[in-house]
Amino acid sequence: MNVLVLVKQVPDTEKVKIDLDTGTLIREGLDITMNPLDAHALELAVSLKEKHGGSVTVLSMGPMNTVDVLRSAIALGADRAILLSDAALAGSDTWATSLALARTIQKLSIQYDLLVCGEKSTDGETGQVGIELATLLNLPVISYVSELIEITEGFVLVRRSVEDAYEIWKAPLPVCLCVLKSVAEPRLPTLSGKKKAMDARIEIYNAKDIGIDPEEVGLKGSPTRVVKVFNTKVSRNCTIYEDKDVPEGINRLVELIRRALEGEPV
Amino acid sequence: MIMVLNNRVDRSSLELLSKARKLADKASMKLSFLLISNSKKNVEELARFGPDVVILALHERFERFSLDPFLSTSKKILEKYSPSIVLAPATTFGRTLMPALAATFRTGLTADCTELDVDEKGSLLQTRPAIGGNVMATIVTPFHRPQMATVRPGVFEIEEHKKRDTIFIEEPVENPEDRCQLVRVEPKQAGAKLEEAKIIVSVGKGLRKKENVELAFRFASLVKGAVGASRAVVDARWLSHDHQVGLSGKTVKPKIYIAAGISGAVQHLAGMQTSEIVVAINKDRHAPIFRVADIGIVADASWALSELIRRLERDDDGSRQ
Repeated sequence: MNVLVLVKQVPDTEKVKIDLDTGTLIREGLDITMNPLDAHALELAVSLKEKHGGSVTVLSMGPMNTVDVLRSAIALGADRAILLSDAALAGSDTWATSLALARTIQKLSIQYDLLVCGEKSTDGETGQVGIELATLLNLPVISYVSELIEITEGFVLVRRSVEDAYEIWKAPLPVCLCVLKSVAEPRLPTLSGKKKAMDARIEIYNAKDIGIDPEEVGLKGSPTRVVKVFNTKVSRNCTIYEDKDVPEGINRLVELIRRALEGEPV
Repeated sequence: MIMVLNNRVDRSSLELLSKARKLADKASMKLSFLLISNSKKNVEELARFGPDVVILALHERFERFSLDPFLSTSKKILEKYSPSIVLAPATTFGRTLMPALAATFRTGLTADCTELDVDEKGSLLQTRPAIGGNVMATIVTPFHRPQMATVRPGVFEIEEHKKRDTIFIEEPVENPEDRCQLVRVEPKQAGAKLEEAKIIVSVGKGLRKKENVELAFRFASLVKGAVGASRAVVDARWLSHDHQVGLSGKTVKPKIYIAAGISGAVQHLAGMQTSEIVVAINKDRHAPIFRVADIGIVADASWALSELIRRLERDDDGSRQ
């Protein structure tokens, strides 16, 4: 059972700044971490390796400091870590990112039975790269996987969570699974895992190594363009009821609720 | 041509059609609705919401969404009609099919849009929350076609349009292959129905303990409303993800939104700012939620909910003052 996991480094979204000219994130000087949803995907992969043998490879595209995130993946049980990093890739949208990742997987002939990705990243929040990549690789895809039930003889049985139901699907390997948090609860790194991560070799490739034409990735190669970034203005004029006025506030709320229940305008 | 895709005629289809009709009129485009489904249920109803053409791709295989058969079928139809803009709801269906279509057609896709517009040249202006809801970003796809976007359910109003002669076309579907196999379906319990509720009480960690969430359910049942939740409450497993309101949850627009014990992270605000009246109940006078509320009650949320329940139950007893 060889599992390939996509991991992304994300900034702390609370502190993030944006470049108002290009509409892209300013990643310099920010603490970075593994996308929290990818940690669940990685845990699923490591637990499958522990049960069925095989290996776990983590693949990421990002700036050079992504190495730290890949090291933390090794500390958590990944065997091989690959980083695609090149200034030419900066500003890639989901299409360009998927293309670059697909080329990397093909060029390096990475072998896998399962491609696992988290539902989405906490920064871009598109949830598109896993599915676009799988489509470029012509893999079957099961999205919104809430549980991996079992793996047997070239097939995987999963539970998928959609709006009105849970669906049980059987899919042939290799397959791409886009997983929800519930698939596995991430473990903490062990001391021996951390030691292993310190010595581990992270394979780093640039666009040229993979044979990627800089014109087809990055801002240039991305079909989408951010044309405007603006702050959301959500402020309202709040009437505050506090201390001795709280009962009056409750009265007003009860009155509003009554009006709404009677179908009157609130 | 603007084409809206879905696998059933539901609320999100009507919302998208209503919005797309306005865009189509502004850019002098045709509007089509592509239904890939196993059923024609409610399909006549679509005509009231403005499509020029309804394209039906019907096959028993389309009872539940699976990527392979939906992708091969929609790919053929998109190739035939070559729409300039393709829209789908940001549901598990749209969020799965649309990226695969975008990869197939080597074009851009903007996820989870909350506003759409077209300019005079027919460029689609796709606006979505970015960076954890801290800002809004407007995105275009200048050189690739089709221009594609998924749209958050619950963002656009459903509006009927004056009756037009909608053409219904049934496209033949050859037995679509699927590498995956559906084993069984387990229906979920009726969800929180957040999208339809007129009154929503959303709970945050300010309720202090899981048991207090019961207060929100008692209140919601008294007002025939629904219970929402902040991300912190869902992460703590007090409530399931179905209840989550915000950027990674649902967008809601009730008449009254009561945020009980929610401090008001931007991610949460992104999902509830479309509410008509916002009432915030929080012990912390400086909580950001008060900045986006119409009425703020500085009090313990559990106490306030108990108080509301007491008052409303008294109404039920007929002893209203």
